[in-house]
Amino acid sequence: MKSLTHWLYDQKVRNVLIQIISLLVVFGVISVLVYNAATNIKSQGMATGFSFLQSKSGFAINQLPIHYTEDSTYFRAFLVGLVNTIIVSFLGIVTATILGFLVAIARLSQNYILNRLATAYIEILRNLPLLLLIFFFYFVVIRSLPLVRESWHISEVIFLNNRGLYLPALIHEPGSWIVVVAGIAAIILWFVYSGYVNRYQLKTGRRLAIWPVIVASMVGVAVLTLLIGTPFSWEFSKLGGFNFNGGIVVSPEFLSLYAALSCYTASFIAENVRSGILAVPKGQLEAARSLGLKRSVTLRKIVIPQAMRVIIPPMTNQYLNLTKNSSLAATIGYPELFAVFGGTVLNQTGQAVEVLAITMGVYLFLSLTTSLVMNIYNKNTLLTER
Amino acid sequence: MFLFFKKSCVYLAAMFSSVVLLAGLSSMALAEKKDEKKKESQAAAGATLASVKKAGFLKCGVSQGLPGFSSTDAKNNWTGLDVDFCRAVAAAVFNDPTKVKFTPTSAKERFTALQSGEVDLLSRNTTWTASRDTALGFDFAGVTYYDGQGFLVPKKMKITSAKQLEGATVCVQTGTTTELNLADYFKSNNMKYKHVAFETNDEVIKAYEAGRCDAFTTDRSGLYSTRTKMKKPNDHMVLGDVISKEPLGPVVRHGDNQWGDIARWTVYVLVEAEELGVTQGNVDAQKKSTKNPVVRRLLGLDGELGNKLGLDNSWSYQVLKHVGNYAEVFERNLGMSTNLKIERGLNALWSAGGLMYAMPIR
Amino acid sequence: MNSPPLSQRTSVLGWLKQNLFATPLDSIITVVSSLILIMLLPPLFEWLLFDADFIGSTKDDCDLNGACWVFIKERLVQITYGFYPYEELWRVNLSFLVVGIGIFASLTGRLGSQSIWLALTSTVIPIGAWFVLRGDILGFSEVETAKWGGLMVTLIISFVGISFSLPLGVALALARRSSLPILRLLSTIFIESWRGVPLITVLFMSSVLFPIFLPPDWQMDKLLRALFGVLFFASAYMAEVVRGGLQAIPKGQEEAANALALSYFQKQRYIVLPQALKYVIPGITNVFISLLKDTTLVSIISMYDLLGIVQSANSDPEWPGLATEGYVFVGLIFWIICFGLSRYSMSIEKKQNLKPR
Repeated sequence: MKSLTHWLYDQKVRNVLIQIISLLVVFGVISVLVYNAATNIKSQGMATGFSFLQSKSGFAINQLPIHYTEDSTYFRAFLVGLVNTIIVSFLGIVTATILGFLVAIARLSQNYILNRLATAYIEILRNLPLLLLIFFFYFVVIRSLPLVRESWHISEVIFLNNRGLYLPALIHEPGSWIVVVAGIAAIILWFVYSGYVNRYQLKTGRRLAIWPVIVASMVGVAVLTLLIGTPFSWEFSKLGGFNFNGGIVVSPEFLSLYAALSCYTASFIAENVRSGILAVPKGQLEAARSLGLKRSVTLRKIVIPQAMRVIIPPMTNQYLNLTKNSSLAATIGYPELFAVFGGTVLNQTGQAVEVLAITMGVYLFLSLTTSLVMNIYNKNTLLTER
Repeated sequence: MFLFFKKSCVYLAAMFSSVVLLAGLSSMALAEKKDEKKKESQAAAGATLASVKKAGFLKCGVSQGLPGFSSTDAKNNWTGLDVDFCRAVAAAVFNDPTKVKFTPTSAKERFTALQSGEVDLLSRNTTWTASRDTALGFDFAGVTYYDGQGFLVPKKMKITSAKQLEGATVCVQTGTTTELNLADYFKSNNMKYKHVAFETNDEVIKAYEAGRCDAFTTDRSGLYSTRTKMKKPNDHMVLGDVISKEPLGPVVRHGDNQWGDIARWTVYVLVEAEELGVTQGNVDAQKKSTKNPVVRRLLGLDGELGNKLGLDNSWSYQVLKHVGNYAEVFERNLGMSTNLKIERGLNALWSAGGLMYAMPIR
Repeated sequence: MNSPPLSQRTSVLGWLKQNLFATPLDSIITVVSSLILIMLLPPLFEWLLFDADFIGSTKDDCDLNGACWVFIKERLVQITYGFYPYEELWRVNLSFLVVGIGIFASLTGRLGSQSIWLALTSTVIPIGAWFVLRGDILGFSEVETAKWGGLMVTLIISFVGISFSLPLGVALALARRSSLPILRLLSTIFIESWRGVPLITVLFMSSVLFPIFLPPDWQMDKLLRALFGVLFFASAYMAEVVRGGLQAIPKGQEEAANALALSYFQKQRYIVLPQALKYVIPGITNVFISLLKDTTLVSIISMYDLLGIVQSANSDPEWPGLATEGYVFVGLIFWIICFGLSRYSMSIEKKQNLKPR
């Protein structure tokens, strides 16, 4: 008996015991849940399994980045939703980053009015629910746009009304690939040349101008395009029947979601950027000034690279939040992953467990991959730190 | 300033007790319903009636607000055809139409609410389809309203037929058969369309009124009902085209045949009473004096139908006394005296050119 | 106090020159942004206040020049309490008063022992409030949660989410930092899974999936299900905040505790947690702010929180075209609460930074 209590008081034994018990509890809970689900599903005769992914969807989706018709499968609908999520998240991230940096710089500026405006922007947007912003943009701002027949337009090329933004579409004609290849080549050329300019500057201290190369390559591409007979044409939107036809249509649902996500996230990014910039030691600035560097160069070469180390981890978090927040689109009918799959498909099939598992799995996958990449980045920047 | 953290012992005790209490809270909440615990599986025969009787009220799933079918007025009283059906069942079981707890459900939640037992009966303008009857594990108890899908358009569009909707943008509520019918209709007529799908009916209306769409589609009864919610109801019209069959009716869980029978025969009692001219007003007199054997069977004076259903033999009398017959329910909620002004149409009795037909009660 | 150097003590003109017209670019920015402000602000205030209508009881009492606050005034009870029966509103007021006193007492310590108040506020009071609000017990009439709505639901969800997620979050954070690999793994999986998905999917899961995962004869109130979803979600974030606090504690503290041969629980109880929790108050406030804003999502599972109830009031045919007023009002309420809380958390942070550790 005595040996047993001794044994129980042994730290190592205890540790093992605690872990085994916690593992058992977790497995117990999970198996009870699974058992319940299985009984419920069986007793109610609900359909199970993932075979529904292969059956015909039968419903339409109003923004189609990839081919999809009513005859496509549920899996295809899932892909459409996923791509739409990626589109709005990507564009939102780009815009929010640019806007966030601008606001942060404005907030740090000496100019009193600009400074106050930026502060007001940050404090107002950060303290409002995102869903409210989305509703506001969708039901108030978009609603005040004109009707189809009274569209605002820029010389009959770009139209804006409460059905969306209509842009001309670029139509490819045979031979257009030459221009595309030339364009890519020109961009590669810029990078190669600017790399060369940097190395030259390190060696000699003189900085060569980059712009002549850019202009020359652009002229070159333009001349090439003209020479092979301009293998492009524009397709303009035209009013016909109920709506404008042709061209590219950007739906109001997308516009409001995109605007709300970008503005909202920008207010958080601005704060991150500001604290990143403030984290750069003052001595760095003073050293740069005493070297006679211009303000813009100081910002670009001294402040931002050092601030980035502080900025990037919280910024990634904001990017992730933006991606997750794009699921709010379900409320205004933008067909992203959650609206299409967690909404329509769930309803049509009634297979809530499978559909929600897939939907949550996708978001989880996106988050975990990002944080994995982030951890690697963090380790690398820490290594280079002195 | 954070002196109290020094007494963190108390704090920790508070934390742990809150975890314990949390567990307690949840089990108490569960225990509320725990007395309904049944040995057999949920849908076993007789289980639902027993649990309803034990709880003392009927849990009825309705919509979140569709005037004429189920909606609340300013005082939060429920009204509508679907609501009255819930009351009829409550009257049948308890002889008291107020013993109903209404649970508003979204299009998306309604089926899980019924599956999980959150409601005993789903009376929520739900279309009877083969897949719902089979794959979702439900039984439809009958049809309380024969409907079909239609389109609502602004009058100023000067459209008279759905065939003119080529290229139009259509607003629709997601998660409904409507969305599928819409796609089928345009496809079979070789027409192009754009569609915008929203989560709730309110959002659809808002978008349609804002001019986001040229047309709004759902069941025609829903269109009439929705129109009354609009700012200028008379600026919009329901097109004559009917593009689908939408038999709407109450739904119960598959497997509990007794409960299914109660719901089914409640529907038929409402219709049969209309056929026989038994109304809320004259049911007492009829009960006292009638010699008509059909009416006597309807009111439970002859036969054992009520007992066989597990109810009081005067159950059908209770239904009619408290709720009235089908014609009265229809008139009260949807008919010409209401804002909706829906004609009987398909929902007239079979003898008047409609589809309402009660199976013989004998 | 150091007085600023002479060159910085300047006149109004000097201030203007330094802060508004320092460089040509600055001057341009100043002029342009002032112009924008002059264009925007007066119409905004005219709409909000000067041309707005406050008096009356119907839509006809509003002209179209300014905001129609009559709408909000008429709906105020609904916006605050949802469809809670009018005669029973005192129960809501009473519950919130008690919770408010509890919060005040546990944060300031003016009403006696903070620890006791904190224990009460995070356990007995919310549970008691639930039964008072829900009724069907102790002679209170039953008020189904379907009738709850408005600001009341918003506050209930966020308060319950935050107060109950604290103990869970502490446990998770301790587990994630423990030396036992399996415990660490389990808690990491739990935390990262909830943090990796959007709240809207969690709420959906609570409304659609929970019933399937519960035993067939168990039922849970819809609001309670949503509360559990929010609780799990919030506890994952809370765990990360607490973990941050744990990491901020110098290693020497734990080593000293070990040297005194304190057991694991003694160490956490007397040494680690008291120090860590002090540092995470601002973090907890931030979690609370985002939780409060996120409660608006419950309108998607057809519960009428503050935003949801205004959204549904917007489709009232008696009051057409007043969406802007509704959103502005809701925005204002959220803004006041969130801004106040964020200032509060900043002031605590400042106090902590002033104190030498």
